[in-house]
Amino acid sequence: MTAEPALQTPEEKVSYLAAGHSVRSWLLTTDHKRIAILYLISITGFFFIAGIAAALIRLDLLTPQGDLLTNEGYDRAFTLHGIVMVWFFLIPSIPNTFGNFLIPLMIGAKDVAFPRLNLLSWYIYVLGGLFTVYVLIVGGVDTGWTFYTPLSTMFANGHVIAVAIAVFIVGFSSILTGLNFIVTIHKLRAPGMTWGRLPLFIWSHYATSLILVLATPVLAVTLVLLASERLFHLGIFDPALGGDPLLFQHLFWFYSHPAVYIMILPAMGVISELVSAAAHKRVFGYWFIACASLAIAAVGFLVWGHHMFVAGQSIYASAIFSFLSLVVAVPSAIKVYNWTATLYKGDIRIDPPLLFAMAFIGLFTIGGLTGLMLALLAIDVHVHDTYFVVAHFHYIMVGGAVSAFFGALHFWWPKITGRMYSLIWGRISAGLIFFGFNLTFFPQFILGYLGMPRRYHVYPPQFQTLNVLSSAGASLLAAAYVLPFFYLVYALRNGAPAGPNPWNAAGLEWTTPSPPPKHNFETTPEVDRPAYDYPLAKRSADG
Amino acid sequence: MAEHVTLTEPYVEPRQQRQADFMGMYVFLGTETMLFGGIFALVFAYRTLHPDAVAEAARHMRLWIATANTALLLTSSLFVALAVHAARRGGRRAVAGWLGLAIAFGAAFLALKGVEYWKDYTEGLMPLIGPHASVRDGPAALFIDLYFVATGLHAIHMTVGLTLLGTIATLVGGRRKGVPSQAVVVEMGGLYWHFVDVVWVFIYPLFYLARG
Repeated sequence: MTAEPALQTPEEKVSYLAAGHSVRSWLLTTDHKRIAILYLISITGFFFIAGIAAALIRLDLLTPQGDLLTNEGYDRAFTLHGIVMVWFFLIPSIPNTFGNFLIPLMIGAKDVAFPRLNLLSWYIYVLGGLFTVYVLIVGGVDTGWTFYTPLSTMFANGHVIAVAIAVFIVGFSSILTGLNFIVTIHKLRAPGMTWGRLPLFIWSHYATSLILVLATPVLAVTLVLLASERLFHLGIFDPALGGDPLLFQHLFWFYSHPAVYIMILPAMGVISELVSAAAHKRVFGYWFIACASLAIAAVGFLVWGHHMFVAGQSIYASAIFSFLSLVVAVPSAIKVYNWTATLYKGDIRIDPPLLFAMAFIGLFTIGGLTGLMLALLAIDVHVHDTYFVVAHFHYIMVGGAVSAFFGALHFWWPKITGRMYSLIWGRISAGLIFFGFNLTFFPQFILGYLGMPRRYHVYPPQFQTLNVLSSAGASLLAAAYVLPFFYLVYALRNGAPAGPNPWNAAGLEWTTPSPPPKHNFETTPEVDRPAYDYPLAKRSADG
Repeated sequence: MAEHVTLTEPYVEPRQQRQADFMGMYVFLGTETMLFGGIFALVFAYRTLHPDAVAEAARHMRLWIATANTALLLTSSLFVALAVHAARRGGRRAVAGWLGLAIAFGAAFLALKGVEYWKDYTEGLMPLIGPHASVRDGPAALFIDLYFVATGLHAIHMTVGLTLLGTIATLVGGRRKGVPSQAVVVEMGGLYWHFVDVVWVFIYPLFYLARG
């Protein structure tokens, strides 16, 4: 395997990485840590595929004429970008790699509750991924990632059925992971690891898992209905056959809005860990952050109608959905304030994980505040389906979730591999990602407010300057995303041994050797302290 | 029975493993509930929008077949419950026997369902194929299509359930799964079967009894 380091230190020789070197020992493993690595490699592959589609989009938008791609080619590029990024990168990114790796370690367990189901979920993910690759090879699909009817059922020329099957299959991978996490967190906590002592990373993954198991089946049934209309001409969504096209939007967003919280909640869990470890201070307002995760998961199920303000939905329904969408901002804001308050008077080390966390907080706040604007009925009518919306959700998903993913990668890389990477390069890439991201997406807020619609590649010449700025930012961002790949892989062989706790952080995962042994802990740990029990020196003084 | 249970990774005690198995199954059934829930929500919404058309379409459904099927399915669930009881007491042959009966009743359900689909076809209720009944011209068509999606999805679950019960009966009957030490296998299969049964308990009133 390419991810395998040279096993030299004593810790590495007895670690999970040393438990078998054959390809078979990786592909048939039930060790949650190895499955996390399998996920990390495969989602990185899909991140690059979707990234290439994004690069094509931004290249085409350099000029107002749209001379790189045909109309249809452009539609296929942004559809592929959306589908792969949402279902094959963002949704599995943090839960299936870091959640898989860390949840048993953080709660003091040997593995997840159902190790074989965990491996099965990876194979299901790969099977869904193969369908996506097939669609890619035979020419793609042009419906947008939302598959809106009647476009997807009656007019689209692409391989709608194949891509619906891909998304349907990958959904079961999500369901199995969510199921596994819920049972693991309930039943496998070490003695003394009460609910009130769980790290906030666990709380946010618990909330995410609830959404995964409750919302994903609704997407599955929606895709079944979509496929049966396209294949058997069942009149579910087509008015000519007695159906109703709006039903599709209701069903789709009932899943897909909670899916946004599937992407952002694990990221929030990561930030809680990163901020607290960088400040060496107990998280401010532990229960507020924990309950905010659950509140976001619960209220997130009741806001789907804000995608349909201009779709002919009743004005009373719209007013209620608008109100509920504003309500979701409250628990999100609680988290942002509490992270900031955690840093206050902390013993702060400006390491790469903190820089990524800072990037997250800033970008997430901008994304969240523009989300409030979009939740207001009047503003939404003005900017609906414009680049304002595109910029808003990229601030949440890329500025938020992807920054947190990179933050997690930089924070737990020494734990996962046992080696420290170059902190200088880590700081540089965090800075480049923050700058490149803003240069890419801030101009899009202005473009959208001025009226440039999304999903068109021909635009009036007066929008060119802002589009060129955005494309320049995108190339910077692409370089910044590739950069960590080099120094992290370099560190696998050449990095200094990290030791069990390179950041002086609290948490059970930092009490095991780096990389952890196959069974995580020599003896099952007994927990008698709350999470984030800083300062750590007190721990040894107390004995 | 707990002391007989074979422990697997990552559990440290039998009770913990048993609780985790049950919880995992219940969470899975929760996801299944949401799968059918999406369709049921559509039916409710459509019934509110078009009460008359839905009532008219429901009058085309074959109530007597559905009623007989309800009786068959509920009885098969009783047999599964008896199989679980037998598994806990270690009655290997009784488990296989009760499960065999449950499978027979489940298969009879599917056979009757097939007869019903045939009658739907000849009457012209099916989309795309066969003759075309006049009731399919109005808004009732969506209700009828949802009936095919819901009962079809349920029939797929029935088939999975029958395969599952058959496998468990073979494994327990052939001593490859011991009872009561691995009775949890019978209990898990039983929970799934009861769930499929409960889904039908919702399908029956939603599509067949909503004639008023």
